[in-house]
Amino acid sequence: MEYSFLFPNDMHIHWSLMIVMYPYITGLVAGAFVVSALYHVFNIEVLKPVGRLALLASFAFLCFATLPLLNHLGHPERAMNIMMTPNFSSAMAGFGIIYNFYLLLLTLEVWLVYRVDIIEFAKTSRGLKRLLYKTLALGVYNVSPQALALDHKLIKILAAIGIPGACLLHGYVGFLFGALKANPWWSTPLMPIIFLFSAVVSGVALLIIVYQLCMKVRGEPIDQNCLSAMARLLWLFMTISVSLELLEIITLAYEQAEEWEVIGPLLSHQLSFSFISLQLIIGALIPFILLMILTLMNRYLHERVRNTLSFVASLLLLIQVLSMRWNVVIGGQIFSKSFRGFRDYQPHFLEKEGILAAVIIFILPFILLYVINRFLPAFDSPSASHNGHDPLKNGTFDSPACCYPKAGGPS
Amino acid sequence: MNKKEGKIDEKPEEMGRRDFIKKGCEIAAGTMFVGLLPFKSARAEKEVERIPRPEGHPDYNWEDHLYAYVIDTRKCIGCGMCVQACRKENNVPEGFYRTWVERYEVSAEDAIKVDSPHGGENGFTADTPGFNVSKGYFVPKMCNHCSNSPCTQVCPVGASYKTKEGVVLVDDKRCVGCGYCVQACPYGSRFLNPVTKTAEKCTWCYHRITRGLKPACVQACPVGARMFGDVKKEDDPVRKILAKERIQVLQPEKLTKPTCFYIGLDKGVR
Repeated sequence: MEYSFLFPNDMHIHWSLMIVMYPYITGLVAGAFVVSALYHVFNIEVLKPVGRLALLASFAFLCFATLPLLNHLGHPERAMNIMMTPNFSSAMAGFGIIYNFYLLLLTLEVWLVYRVDIIEFAKTSRGLKRLLYKTLALGVYNVSPQALALDHKLIKILAAIGIPGACLLHGYVGFLFGALKANPWWSTPLMPIIFLFSAVVSGVALLIIVYQLCMKVRGEPIDQNCLSAMARLLWLFMTISVSLELLEIITLAYEQAEEWEVIGPLLSHQLSFSFISLQLIIGALIPFILLMILTLMNRYLHERVRNTLSFVASLLLLIQVLSMRWNVVIGGQIFSKSFRGFRDYQPHFLEKEGILAAVIIFILPFILLYVINRFLPAFDSPSASHNGHDPLKNGTFDSPACCYPKAGGPS
Repeated sequence: MNKKEGKIDEKPEEMGRRDFIKKGCEIAAGTMFVGLLPFKSARAEKEVERIPRPEGHPDYNWEDHLYAYVIDTRKCIGCGMCVQACRKENNVPEGFYRTWVERYEVSAEDAIKVDSPHGGENGFTADTPGFNVSKGYFVPKMCNHCSNSPCTQVCPVGASYKTKEGVVLVDDKRCVGCGYCVQACPYGSRFLNPVTKTAEKCTWCYHRITRGLKPACVQACPVGARMFGDVKKEDDPVRKILAKERIQVLQPEKLTKPTCFYIGLDKGVR
């Protein structure tokens, strides 16, 4: 092995940082949606404070999920060919269908959840804003208890469809990699499942961070029950996710098949920082311990300790999931298919598919989330005060007085 | 009279207007219909054109051929003429290869050293000092034009396809440049052309073979290590080799069923 050799065409990395960002962003979509579905379908009431935030975050990230792909395509102007002339023997041909299905589902869900608010805003606001809300209301102003009950039922059904939908959206991304026999580092049926669980991890971690930041900005207390529940979820999902990641590698190492000759050195040398340090130690072991403390010693912890622990653990897990995506996408390309050598990949800061582009693509959903939140607020709702009686809004907004001193109580 | 005349005059005029509108409609409909006809036939012609019938060979029918490629590694001398010919013939960008030559050196201790500087385009330099070579050989590589090709399977838009003669091609007018096929090829035969931004690979010089010529690499090989033939022709030398010799393919465990066959492959070749 001391003589390395790359196939001449393998000198180039064709799937760049953008293809690292793509599964990362769809993972956040799927993960945030799972949290909102846990509330809407499984009636986990403690997640009420982040129910709407989860939905909006999922929507905002989904809007930009295609951006890294478009930036990566050699001919983005032909991108629609994937939907117009799909070759169904390709896993990638399903992208248009799955993405659009999910976008439609999420849009409907957001609309139904916000319908009462939109009507309320359409009545109370003026000028352009009024026009906007009137357009959003789609001419339906029925807020009778029956109509709201129907809304509630539809939300539940959509969210229930959305869970397998999210699995499909993200499992599909894992399948794209997992079903390529040419690449031993990708080719495993575990890949979609690993992607799925790490997606939920990243989604929950993102919500913990965004929720805490929002509360900080708004000067409101953080709902400790909600936070602890999310931290417990995070602990569960990260344990499953990391176990699966390790399982795959342990199997490869134990089988000692031909591919281990290249994957072994890949993990211990080429990816030693991003795999061992980031993905396993800083990104998995440390948050595992932090979340264990948080979960097992929850009642002994001071509120601020709890906030800090969950915040730090979430941040580390967001890095872990990103490094996992990197290790899969880039790791799968830095060894040559000759199995005899490695190339190097360092994304530049300013290139078309470089670090700056990735940062911008990651920031855009947050800006969109901020903008949406201006029109469809994730935390205050006029309907919460005006329609205190309706079952849906009770579910979504009438939060305990301890957490929402401002938004509380019917007027 | 005058009145009558006027009436008579009026009537035909009125009828004329009606007629005019009627006729006009008929003509318009007729034009549309007639307009549709040539459009349809033009489309049909276009369909026919897509089946390759190169100029000067109007009788070429892709169903009459099934091509195969044989590489005799025992004959290859590693001169790199094939790589040069390919680059000139197909305008392959620098740093990318539709075909390349690998040099394998095996030491007495069974260590294997492989290299392919610039794809072997300019030949090879002297052996590494200190490496005790007990055997050495060259292996030309290219697209294997697999029957069960993973690259065409994964193309999301159907830009990559297999022709009836067994050639795997890329339609650069349709390719979106996603690079999925590059990842799916276990042989490293594909690349994204930095100029056209589309996937590119060996076409067996499709523009030549459909005119009855040999691929550029076969033509350029001075020792006859590369052979190209049509297994549907009875007296074809490649067909005879496939029928009589012991042949191998690269990475047979991938079950891609290459139609590029090798003679004299060693165990270290991937």
